[in-house]
Amino acid sequence: MAASDAQNGVFSVRHAFGNVLAFFILLLIGVLAFSIRLFSVIKYESVIHEFDPYFNYRVTQFLTKNGIYDFWNWFDDRTWYPLGRVIGGTVYPGLTLTAGTLWWILNSLNIPLSVETVCVFTAPIFSAFASWATYLLTKEVKGAGAGLTAAILLAMVPSYISRSVAGSYDNEAVAIFALIFTFYLYIKTLNTGSLFYATLNSIAYFYMVCSWGGYTFIINLIPMHVLLCIVTGRYSSRLYIAYAPLVVLGTLLASLVPVVGFNAVMTSEHFASFLVFIIIHVVALVYYIKGSLSPKMFKVAVALVVSVGVAVCFAMVAVLIALVASSPTKGWSGRSLSLLDPTYASKYIPIIASVSEHQPPTWPSYFMDINVLAFLVPAGIIACFSPLSDASSFVVLYIVTSVYFSGVMVRLMLVLAPAACILSGIALSQAFDVFTRSIKFQLPSLSDNSQAGEGSSENVVPNDSVKADKTEDTSKERTSKKSKKKEKEPVEKPLSKSQIKKRLLVLPLETSVIAIILLVLLGAFYVVHSVWAAAEAYSAPSIVLTSHSHDGLHVFDDFREAYAWLSHNTEVDDKVASWWDYGYQTTAMANRTVIVDNNTWNNTHIATVGTAMSSPEKAAWEIFQSLDVKYVLVVFGGLVGYPSDDINKFLWMVRIGGGVFPHIKEPDYLRDGQYRIDSMATPTMLNCLMYKLSYYRFVETDGKAFDRVRRTEIGKKHFKLTHFEEVFTTHHWMVRIYKLKSPKNRIRGKTKKSKSKTSSKTASKRNELKRNPF
Amino acid sequence: MARSSSKDAQDLFRALWSAYAATPTNLKIIDLYVMFAVFTALIQVVYMALVGSFPFNSFLSGVLSCVGTAVLAVCLRIQVNKENKEFKDLAPERAFADFVLCNLVLHLVIMNFLG
Repeated sequence: MAASDAQNGVFSVRHAFGNVLAFFILLLIGVLAFSIRLFSVIKYESVIHEFDPYFNYRVTQFLTKNGIYDFWNWFDDRTWYPLGRVIGGTVYPGLTLTAGTLWWILNSLNIPLSVETVCVFTAPIFSAFASWATYLLTKEVKGAGAGLTAAILLAMVPSYISRSVAGSYDNEAVAIFALIFTFYLYIKTLNTGSLFYATLNSIAYFYMVCSWGGYTFIINLIPMHVLLCIVTGRYSSRLYIAYAPLVVLGTLLASLVPVVGFNAVMTSEHFASFLVFIIIHVVALVYYIKGSLSPKMFKVAVALVVSVGVAVCFAMVAVLIALVASSPTKGWSGRSLSLLDPTYASKYIPIIASVSEHQPPTWPSYFMDINVLAFLVPAGIIACFSPLSDASSFVVLYIVTSVYFSGVMVRLMLVLAPAACILSGIALSQAFDVFTRSIKFQLPSLSDNSQAGEGSSENVVPNDSVKADKTEDTSKERTSKKSKKKEKEPVEKPLSKSQIKKRLLVLPLETSVIAIILLVLLGAFYVVHSVWAAAEAYSAPSIVLTSHSHDGLHVFDDFREAYAWLSHNTEVDDKVASWWDYGYQTTAMANRTVIVDNNTWNNTHIATVGTAMSSPEKAAWEIFQSLDVKYVLVVFGGLVGYPSDDINKFLWMVRIGGGVFPHIKEPDYLRDGQYRIDSMATPTMLNCLMYKLSYYRFVETDGKAFDRVRRTEIGKKHFKLTHFEEVFTTHHWMVRIYKLKSPKNRIRGKTKKSKSKTSSKTASKRNELKRNPF
Repeated sequence: MARSSSKDAQDLFRALWSAYAATPTNLKIIDLYVMFAVFTALIQVVYMALVGSFPFNSFLSGVLSCVGTAVLAVCLRIQVNKENKEFKDLAPERAFADFVLCNLVLHLVIMNFLG
């Protein structure tokens, strides 16, 4: 008895030691997750990146300046001129509120950081939180060792880094943390059956709904898991406690967010959860009756219930179908439909298909974004099946669905990344577990204590795993204790039995040593790749560009140059037209009203701008004049070889414009199905506004007008602009700003005459233009 | 055949009733509470069907309030039921505290949503 007491004491000391170690490891993982994302600040500067973050930044500025109530009622007249946009009701407020709260707390502590600094560092901070949430989730599934491994993998998975480097101030930055944390609380509730965690779970779900439209993934995945549990006969009352309160509370909380509102009960994305809600009640009733009746009586009851239940089910399904048919959006939103049917967007909604992150990914991008995890995931799935618990079946379901979704859209690779990290963490930790255990049994001279010391003096990763081994042992012992609480004495019996079992699984010493070395090498490869990806591939802010050439580093800061010019040289109320990609940046950096921006809520409006860009000069001038546009901004990369410029995006403008105004036809811009701007290009192409604004005076740069992106000489070199005048071109010609010439008074009679002359030619076009709502 | 099935049904209900009579009083009280909540929800749904769902948020919060209290009470019932082996470690006081907390959150949200 005394011996067992001593043993218990050793175990508890070890347990405490393991806890402290785990805490410090987690702290270091947080530091790692934060600091690996600072490459962009170090290499460039502390600046907001890309397009959407500029909008979020602007909203945060408004929030910190005017307070929360003005924010909810904010009608923004600086975008979508002349329509405007209700920002408070159409934005996911989670990110903005988070950063605003952070800023407010810091300021009330007398730490005077600017809003921009807080915004830049929000994403790295939340990626540290996300890796801790991963630890918690994986710990619930497979123990602390797997949790630590998964957390360290998530801290530097390239897919997640690409969305959360410092300065990338976008919804996904906080949403991934919210996603993992919601899943953790769900699993925790499932394991404990505590109503307290169920409450926390629905609040975490609320935060997720606030942050990102991807919350529909949660509200579909959890019902799927519940259904899976029911079908495989794993129903328990813990499952009921985990699911039923979440649906009721989650639905109510979701409808509090203005952008979701009644959609939380009206759209088909949420119907799965209600259906499963009904099913789980039926199942709960059945289990309850089964528990209180004798088996023979239960058979009778089944016969009765089935006949009644089928009728009720049919009625329910009929009601649901009626609801779906009567709901205003026909049930599914465009993005959800394009998830279910990958070809949907390219067929019907070019504006969704035109965004590069909505395209299906290529195979190399899997290797780029999750690297060696792709090979470890299958092993993790196998590890999850031995033994299969509710929690591990959830993780398996999570990876399967997210693999499918990532195959449809590149940006959903982000949802796959945490699942891949969790499963790889499980796989790695189980593998280390087996190998270190077999080494342990092969070297009987080493006692337990000295081995722990040896482990810590070795490499980082084996140290981790030895500790994992230990903590797993203790946790196993604890669970076995818990289950056999009534008989305290035979605690050692299952332990020794498991030891015997372990001894049977021992591998040869050489094999396990080599395998450990190989696994460490694999991990090292992953680390090297992740750091490379963080430093080189994903930290470019895309608002400041650099290029290495033989005579050193070149910095292209043309975008900020152009926006600064706009804000200093134009009137406050002037309207600037550009393709929608640059709308957010123009409003945020130049503070000028734009026609369309990256929130592509009005397809017709975008199509109008697309039509103007693909029309000849005069027609375009008329469209822009009707929109009260003063300046037109085009992005042109032909001089420095910047590939994502407006000429390369031009076919999308044609497609989107032609989708609404049928006189714009894509074949008119293609020569034999090929998109070209050299001398073989079609006359429509050479006369459209985008071509002219991009290549105006281009021949003066080198005499030949050689376009470095398209690698060809342009088709039409010498031409004059009649309705536009160039007012500003940046240093590297990347942004060119034109002013619309004001209409001439005295030419009026002349135009009438020429109109009557050419009326037959332009009549059809004119009719089309009249249909233009502006 | 019909008579035998009706007799079976009678037997069944008798068995159910005798099984239910054995449950403790506090569980019966919770059951009554659940029945009441579900009944209130049904009244609201019928009213909505007759009159129309115009202040939709009011209807939604009313029905979800009833359904929510019913669901939470069922959870409480599961947790305090002594026959459930899974929740042996959980003290009834703790279960009740969780229940109160969850209800508090639910009704705060509902008051906010009521409009």
